[in-house]
Amino acid sequence: MKRPHFAWHRLVAVVVKEFIQLKRDRLTFAMMVGIPLLQLILFGYAINNDPRHLPTAVLSQDNSVFSRAIVAGLQTSTYFRVTVIAGDVAELDRMLARGEVQFAVEIPAGFERQLMRGDRPALLVMADATDPAATGNAVGAIERIVEGALTPLLDGPLLTLARVPPAVDVRVHRRYNPEGLTQYNIVPGLMGTILTMTMIIMTSLAMTRERERGTMENLLSMPVRPTEVMLGKLAPFVLVGGLQVLVILGAARLLFGVPMAGPPVVLAVGLLVFIVANLAVGFLFSTVARNQLQAMQMSFFFFLPSILMSGFMFPFRGMPDWAQMIGEVLPLTHLLRVVRGVMLKGNGLADSWPDIWPMLAFLLAALILAATRYRQTLD
Amino acid sequence: MSGEARTPVISVRGLTKRFGDKVVVDGFDLDVERGQIHGFLGPNGSGKTTTIRILCGLLVPDGGKGTCLGYDILGESWAIKQRVGYMTQRFSLYEDLTIRENLDFVARLHGLAGRRAKVDAALDRLGLATRGDQLAGTLSGGWKQRLALAACVLHEPDLLLLDEPTAGVDPKARREFWDEIHALAAGGMTVLVSTHYMDEAERCHRIAYLAYGRLLAVGTVEEVVRASGLSTWHVSGPEQRIAALARELEGRPGVEMVAPFGATLHVSGADAARLDAAIAPYREEASLAWNRGEPSLEDTFIHLMAEAADNHAGARR
Repeated sequence: MKRPHFAWHRLVAVVVKEFIQLKRDRLTFAMMVGIPLLQLILFGYAINNDPRHLPTAVLSQDNSVFSRAIVAGLQTSTYFRVTVIAGDVAELDRMLARGEVQFAVEIPAGFERQLMRGDRPALLVMADATDPAATGNAVGAIERIVEGALTPLLDGPLLTLARVPPAVDVRVHRRYNPEGLTQYNIVPGLMGTILTMTMIIMTSLAMTRERERGTMENLLSMPVRPTEVMLGKLAPFVLVGGLQVLVILGAARLLFGVPMAGPPVVLAVGLLVFIVANLAVGFLFSTVARNQLQAMQMSFFFFLPSILMSGFMFPFRGMPDWAQMIGEVLPLTHLLRVVRGVMLKGNGLADSWPDIWPMLAFLLAALILAATRYRQTLD
Repeated sequence: MSGEARTPVISVRGLTKRFGDKVVVDGFDLDVERGQIHGFLGPNGSGKTTTIRILCGLLVPDGGKGTCLGYDILGESWAIKQRVGYMTQRFSLYEDLTIRENLDFVARLHGLAGRRAKVDAALDRLGLATRGDQLAGTLSGGWKQRLALAACVLHEPDLLLLDEPTAGVDPKARREFWDEIHALAAGGMTVLVSTHYMDEAERCHRIAYLAYGRLLAVGTVEEVVRASGLSTWHVSGPEQRIAALARELEGRPGVEMVAPFGATLHVSGADAARLDAAIAPYREEASLAWNRGEPSLEDTFIHLMAEAADNHAGARR
């Protein structure tokens, strides 16, 4: 038998049919054009690898022209933005632990006197090094900034002090991650991104699958409440999420040696809220999407900002304010803070709570929205 | 039957449903009494499925009112869903669950006491006791339909809504399916069943005929046929002559329908006198044998539909 030849008319027939079908699915088509554009604009402006204006707390126990010059020097460097004048060392520690500031600068008592005597007083700079990328550039610049701030003051009889070694001994402490290991930051962060991806995709298919397979009609004809369907569909994935957490935490410990400085219970609470929040978002998508393809597209639409704007891939504080505001809404942003806080900083419930309740609020909003979107009829 | 038997299980007035500009159900009235098998007939797109979906609360009507099992179809669909078994046109159980798992799921949703025993009994009745662990998706069409029926009667509903339950099922399976439905109705269950098959319509206690979202006829099969006022002639003869005759009669005044059944032609018209006049020239032809026939249900429906189409088109104009 002769094998049939390749024929252009048949190719054309298929191409034409595909184009027609593509055109029919307006929403998919709009998403294919709109999403890249939106993301290009969003991420193009938001992502910045050289974060500046990092919030800094200052504890000045020496009220002198020198300490004031140092604070002013930090500000004008644009790396630091002094947001808090702390009252004592405990406050500095707390602000760092909660992630309210990236840096804490302590100017010790008698700084002026020691400086004038040429005793090279210590200037203590504590950096939150859970994300080494966020602090790297600022830490690199600090010594120069201090020197630059003091040089104009060290004239006349004090000129000799401006020579090498520098007049001030700048001591940088990389807190929580003294060696600046990237894994310490990435591995806990990966837990959040992996959970986001799997949880949202699984539940975003939940209702669309019922609709596509035709089982929706039967389900709706039986006496069952939307909340019952919703919670019933989420429950198995809470378990799956828990399993993923165990695997990732095990690997973090065994393969990468990531410490667990804080109470695991707090971590578990944070993760549980986070997992359910993501499942609820996925379910919300599945009540909106008309087919499984759209559900997948919506999942990715949520997933990309989650990794790019949460502080997982790029320093959160490097983003402009508007982008940080978007980031604050995303559960992953808060989870990263909880996970890094508990595992690296040793935070307890009190220090983690400021990041747990936003996830809870997000979870409730998504659940309520999904329950109202859920149609009990085929209309 | 007791006095209770007279209370209508379904009673709706002026039911209307629109999808966009299209009126799918158009001022529809229906009464169905307890324990009856009520056939629901009409061409594709006549509003049968939509009506059934409104009755079980899957669609909200745009107009009209009514009750189903004594509950308001507008505000009490939750109560209706508890007491109704709905079998969808397309198989809508889970193909990736086994037969038993599907039945278990339905039984749990309805909160049935003694679930295990009820599911076992249902499997026995189905004759699937040994195949309970087979995936529902691997069943053939006839078996899927029997499983779907078993699933929707599991909670012993008062009303069974069946939407073209036997489409694409072989005659033997269809016969068995209808025996089962009659057994259920004898037990007091009311059944509303839509179908395209005339033999199935004839197995119903009463039938309702829909076209263009309107109810055109309702009653027993005999009543519907008689009410149409159709008269029919059967004419048989040589094949060649019958085929030619069919072409000649088509479109003559008074002749509404000419349908060949093998070597016999069914010729029908609503006006007996005009029909007789139309066929008069052929009555004397030697090779043809003319007999007065009874119009069939199918003839009646096609007549009703043609009439409705004229009215419909007229109303549009």
